[in-house]
Amino acid sequence: MTRKINVLKHRLVPRHVVLSREDAKRVLSRMGVKKTELPWMFSTDPVAEALGAQPGDVVMIIRESPTAGRSVSYRLVISG
Amino acid sequence: MARPVSEKVLWSLVEQYYDVLPERLRRELYEKILEAGLTKSEAVEVIEEAVRRYKASLVAPGEAVGMVAAQSLGEPATQMTLRTFHFAGVRELNVTLGLPRMIEIVDVRREPSTPIMEIYLEPELAKDEKAALRIASEIELTTVENVTRSVMLDYYEYAVVLELDPDVMENRGVTLDDVVKALNRVKGRRGRVEVQGENTVVVYLGVEDIPKLRRLHDRILQLRIKGIKGIRHAIVKPVRDDEGNIVEYMIMTEGSNLQAVLSLEGIDPERTTTNNILEVYEVLGIEAARAAIIEEIKKVLDEHGLDVDYRHIMMVADTMTYTGKVRQVGRHGVAGEKSSVLARASFEVTVKNLVEAAMRGEEDPLRGVIENIIVGNKPVPIGTGAVKLKMRYEFPVAVANKGGEE
Repeated sequence: MTRKINVLKHRLVPRHVVLSREDAKRVLSRMGVKKTELPWMFSTDPVAEALGAQPGDVVMIIRESPTAGRSVSYRLVISG
Repeated sequence: MARPVSEKVLWSLVEQYYDVLPERLRRELYEKILEAGLTKSEAVEVIEEAVRRYKASLVAPGEAVGMVAAQSLGEPATQMTLRTFHFAGVRELNVTLGLPRMIEIVDVRREPSTPIMEIYLEPELAKDEKAALRIASEIELTTVENVTRSVMLDYYEYAVVLELDPDVMENRGVTLDDVVKALNRVKGRRGRVEVQGENTVVVYLGVEDIPKLRRLHDRILQLRIKGIKGIRHAIVKPVRDDEGNIVEYMIMTEGSNLQAVLSLEGIDPERTTTNNILEVYEVLGIEAARAAIIEEIKKVLDEHGLDVDYRHIMMVADTMTYTGKVRQVGRHGVAGEKSSVLARASFEVTVKNLVEAAMRGEEDPLRGVIENIIVGNKPVPIGTGAVKLKMRYEFPVAVANKGGEE
């Protein structure tokens, strides 16, 4: 009767990609911000758990947006 | 010589603005230029003009975007107050809309006043009304209370006598066996369940204890026979396309339990949603919660024919979710977690905020807008006031001396 659900495929969940250390660094320097100045997401977030993201990782989020078509945003994974 | 620009060349022309223009604009430029059949030099001109106008339309640094968003959502909300507690009926389901719903969303209530789920079915079952009805009756919470006509306490025998309602049972697809099975779960070690006649079930407590009997009575009534906790009612609704043809069947429920419904067999776990934002957050994460907030606010505004720019709604959703959890727009969230004492005090419960800050020995560096308005500082750090002057403006010595002599 029950089965495991894949949250990553849900309509409301945009595409998340865990960035490598180098990619994260490049993104941050391009935006001129520190890691902690990004929006956060908890490592206990269902999506972070599904991706295996660890605290300190930067996650790239690709959202479908009616104004921009597709827009890219980032979140820092924090422990909690 | 005026040949239209080729697709490949145009694509590279547009894509060199990858970092500047948003995806939608690039796509539109590409499509429209191809359609118009412009030459390469014309295409370059059009693209450059688009970039120039795009840059001119960007929000200026220091612009009070939060304030503008608040006003842009607040003004239409005053229009809605006239239609407070307006319900749009979806057959027999009520949906809270208008201002009450708006308040609910930004307050992040644990449960909306009318929690609703929209459950879609797997592609193979989507067109099958019978399957939809079957799933609907499976998830609808049926308790013993729902299927009994009367309940009696027998104080001589220490028993609960249930008279079942066969019509309701058939309606809900519950058999006598289901009821007995469920009752067996709560009867206790010394209890006994006995079917008497066609529609009567007696549960003997087996102990001579009246308070225990009463507790058993209460537990029996709330006992779940089948269904999902929280789903009070489920109806099947056809989804129609623009011509009115039925595309598929979906289930709308009163009451919500996203976690349990998503893991059900037969439903489409990718499209099924709830209007309970906190549930979305717990099951699908912060980004889904952000999307749900936007969707829900948009739904309320659309219902009232109010056209608020999508970006203002995104602003609200981003502010509510950037800390990784969903914060309400109010005293216990966005406004209450401001770092500045004066900013917090200026929102609500002024005295309490000031007293507590004083006891903790808080300092206020006067970096925000409200703080500086309160103390009468000039300039307030917003717009042109948000930038600092980096010029050194000492007078050259000679000029300064001359000025002194006169």
